[in-house]
Amino acid sequence: MLNLLILIAIVVGIIAIGKVIRVMELSSSIKGENSWLASDKDHRTQSRLMLVFLFAYFIFIIWQIVEWGDEVLPVSASEHGVIIDNLMTTTWVIITPVFILTHILLFYFAWKYAYRSDRKATFFAHNNKLELLWTAVPAIVLLILILYGLSIWNETMEPLTAEDDPVEIELYARQFDWTARYPGEDKNFGDVSVRHIEGVNMLGMDSTDQNGWDDKYVKAEFYLPVDKPVQFYFRAQDVIHSAYMPHFRAQMNCVPGMVTRFNFVPTITTDEMKEITGDPEFEYYLLCNKICGAAHYNMKMVIKVVGEQEYNDWLNEQKVFLAVEGLQEEAPVETEMPSEESDSSNTEMDETELSAQL
Amino acid sequence: MSAHAHNDNDFLFKYIFSTDHKMIAKQFFLTGSIMGLVGMLMSTFFRLQLGYPGTSFPFLEAIMPNWAPDGVLSPDKYLALVTLHGTIMVFFLLTAGLSGTFSNLLIPLQLGARDMASGFMNMLSYWFFFLSSCVMMASLFVEGGPASGGWTIYPPLSALPEAIPGSGMGMTLWIVSMALFIVSSLLGSLNYIVTVFNLRTKGMTMTRMPLTIWAFLITAVLGVLSFPVLFSAVLLLFFDRSFGTSFYLSDIYIAGQALEVEGGSPILYEHLFWFLGHPEVYIILLPALGITSEVVATNSRKPIFGYRAMIGSILAIAFISFLVWGHHMFITGMNPFLGAVFTFTTLLVAIPSAVKVFNYLTTLWKGNIRFTTAMLFAIGLVSTFITGGLTGIILGDSALDINVHDTYFVVAHFHIVMGLSGTFGMISGIYHWFPKLFGRMMNKNLGYLHFWLTIVSAYGVFFPMHFLGLAGVPRRYYANTEFPIFDNLVDINELVTVFAILAAAAQGLFIFNVFYSIFFGPKAPQNPWKATTLEWTAPVEHLHGNWPGEIPEVHRWAYDYSKPGAEEDFIPQTVPLAEGEEDSSH
Ligand code: HEM
Ligand SMILES: [Cu+2]
Ligand SMILES: [Cu+2]
Repeated sequence: MLNLLILIAIVVGIIAIGKVIRVMELSSSIKGENSWLASDKDHRTQSRLMLVFLFAYFIFIIWQIVEWGDEVLPVSASEHGVIIDNLMTTTWVIITPVFILTHILLFYFAWKYAYRSDRKATFFAHNNKLELLWTAVPAIVLLILILYGLSIWNETMEPLTAEDDPVEIELYARQFDWTARYPGEDKNFGDVSVRHIEGVNMLGMDSTDQNGWDDKYVKAEFYLPVDKPVQFYFRAQDVIHSAYMPHFRAQMNCVPGMVTRFNFVPTITTDEMKEITGDPEFEYYLLCNKICGAAHYNMKMVIKVVGEQEYNDWLNEQKVFLAVEGLQEEAPVETEMPSEESDSSNTEMDETELSAQL
Repeated sequence: MSAHAHNDNDFLFKYIFSTDHKMIAKQFFLTGSIMGLVGMLMSTFFRLQLGYPGTSFPFLEAIMPNWAPDGVLSPDKYLALVTLHGTIMVFFLLTAGLSGTFSNLLIPLQLGARDMASGFMNMLSYWFFFLSSCVMMASLFVEGGPASGGWTIYPPLSALPEAIPGSGMGMTLWIVSMALFIVSSLLGSLNYIVTVFNLRTKGMTMTRMPLTIWAFLITAVLGVLSFPVLFSAVLLLFFDRSFGTSFYLSDIYIAGQALEVEGGSPILYEHLFWFLGHPEVYIILLPALGITSEVVATNSRKPIFGYRAMIGSILAIAFISFLVWGHHMFITGMNPFLGAVFTFTTLLVAIPSAVKVFNYLTTLWKGNIRFTTAMLFAIGLVSTFITGGLTGIILGDSALDINVHDTYFVVAHFHIVMGLSGTFGMISGIYHWFPKLFGRMMNKNLGYLHFWLTIVSAYGVFFPMHFLGLAGVPRRYYANTEFPIFDNLVDINELVTVFAILAAAAQGLFIFNVFYSIFFGPKAPQNPWKATTLEWTAPVEHLHGNWPGEIPEVHRWAYDYSKPGAEEDFIPQTVPLAEGEEDSSH
């Protein structure tokens, strides 16, 4: 019933607007003007509205900055993130004046040169000097931005070496959760394959590979030691996911069939960040940022950045793969860790898999 | 050529299987707009969920009982709506709807041709588009719902029905629909290109063509070069889905089972997709910019400033647009050096774009600006093109993209620079050429109201999204409720939704205006805007063959507005050069 009433009201409304328009058109045609042609009065109103809009737009933007400026991400909690943020600031500093200037010109001209019957437009078809000017100036500014941007890109993507002695972590994505794997004391990840996924062995660890016996993996939250380089490896089980750690200005896709990497140095512990943000509940999060299915919006892990001691304590508490899987019976008895090939910069990932990303 | 003898089939061939470019333009306009309307309604539905997560809207359940049980949109159907919204807006509204309407209407009329090179191919182009639209709409009603993997349909999500319900029948229909769409687009584009090269009237040299035609021509070239690549991408996807190949699949475990797929790579799909995907944004943008050039010059009563530079920048943008696709893939694990190359090429696009903006500004300078509704939307487009274009400098910079990639910052950027500019251009064109399309005038006051409501609500929707993105909110999220770090963003999301509803409502004015004016608008004079171009020399009534008698001959470029020494403030292209007068296109 209500729906019907609403429908009737809409129909009546539409007819009413139609009638009003008709009357307006008739009355202006009686007055001898073209109802569709912008009149002098229209030019006055519309040109003024142009100026009003210019101010309204700027005020709206300023209002948003005042209102929401604090909601954007806090200072970067990673080393490279700081230089990325500097680049971001520089870019804003360059594009904001361009934005303001062009908008002022656009709407000011629209207001200033509104139609008057006693004036004629200036015939001004081209001017090589001007055109050269606004080709060359953007070109130069962009070239500087490109060079600056690329230097930071190269710095950010620079691979770690053995000397960096990084903490290595593998982030494993599947619908719809994350798992973080640490290589254990031997600093070597065990082999994995989707063919081995079964029951609790959800990472597909190859239980015959001794490198994997002391691997540790955790869900829901994982720890990072502050001020130490962290080398991440990313894998996905089913569809593409993306590991997004916004507070660290870090993101990398997780693609089935290949291993991707990213590295950064966390510089601010979770506790420090609680103070910086003034939020006692603050936590760092790992989000999924590539559409991956219905619960894509709820694929998360908490990241704890802590001091080295706390990190080691936490890691020691975690069970090794062998213990979790209850595979002791089947596995060979000597669980001694193979220490010969503990090259820390290298994981046991298949080399061909790594080169697949190039 | 005048009307033929009447018989019973006349209606059928005049309105349905017409080969007349003007009728086909109207068909594209109507079909495209209806699709656009559906796409817009979808966006308000999913915006309701984002603005008021979990709140029950009983009317949603009434419209789609299975998708919104208890009035709350379900997460996978949220993604289905987002996917179709994106697909429809990009392809159906702003590719077929925009080019289909204006390339069809204007290429023959502005060049002085009796029709397209092949009227039959042109008709086929529309019918493939129509079929494609039907298939896409039908996919809404199949089991599992329509495609839900985002408009980019990356595999494996789009390849595996186990991954999301929409990747079943719905995805198959998406592929079929896009295949039909691509056929339509190719038929249309080839026709446009051949017509521009071969059917220009006497005197219409390439450098006398209006910038609209330049834009449509280059758009068609982009389409011909890039759509086939999309076709191969979805064809391989089709094989992976239906015939067990693994072009894009490898090492997958899903639904309790390891799949027998080995050696493929989803990254291959991404490369193929974006090889189309990036030029696609210029397929949307260039016609809108072409329309703007025309509308701004006509209504400023001034020649477009830097005609040759405008052509040059169209060509430069088109060329560079084929070399930048990798900027969508900076963080796929691509070699950082490759990322650097794509950053370089991407930021280069800003140069010709800046040239266009400054040329528009200079065209307004010392003009005598008539505020037609078309002009308002053209000015609006310049504003959105600047606002959205500048954030492209951030996204194109690989180092910065690391943190804003796939966030709402991207959603803000591409909606403003492509969505708003594209729709503003299209709407501006409709207001401007409505008298050519339908022989009547649209209502001015409704148009003014429509413009101001639209631009205010459009910025109200999309500007705040920058802040969401800078706060780290990913796109394609059903709700921002699961991460405490987003708790303070509720206000922003609500405000955006309110403006989205206002924006959608404002389009009601436009639709009303269009339909009212088609039937009751005042009759159009032959040249209502006092423009120089050829289409305004054709009679208001649509004739088969466009001009009774001879086709007019062209003697000058398209922008002789307010030329010193002339009586009127415009000289049509058909007026011969006076003694000693020079053609100003040089
Ligand atoms: C009333 C106007 C519109 C509103 C309120 C709107 C809103 C939105 C929102 C909120 C999203 C992101 C959803 C998400 O990531 O979860 C979205 C996605 C999208 N929109 Fe719009 N939009 C509008 C008009 C347009 C127009 C005119 C275009 C034309 C280019 C467009 C193209 C797209 C595309 C391509 C996507 C991405 C879809 C995907 O992620 O797969 N939209 N829209
Ligand atoms: Cu995910
Ligand atoms: Cu692109």
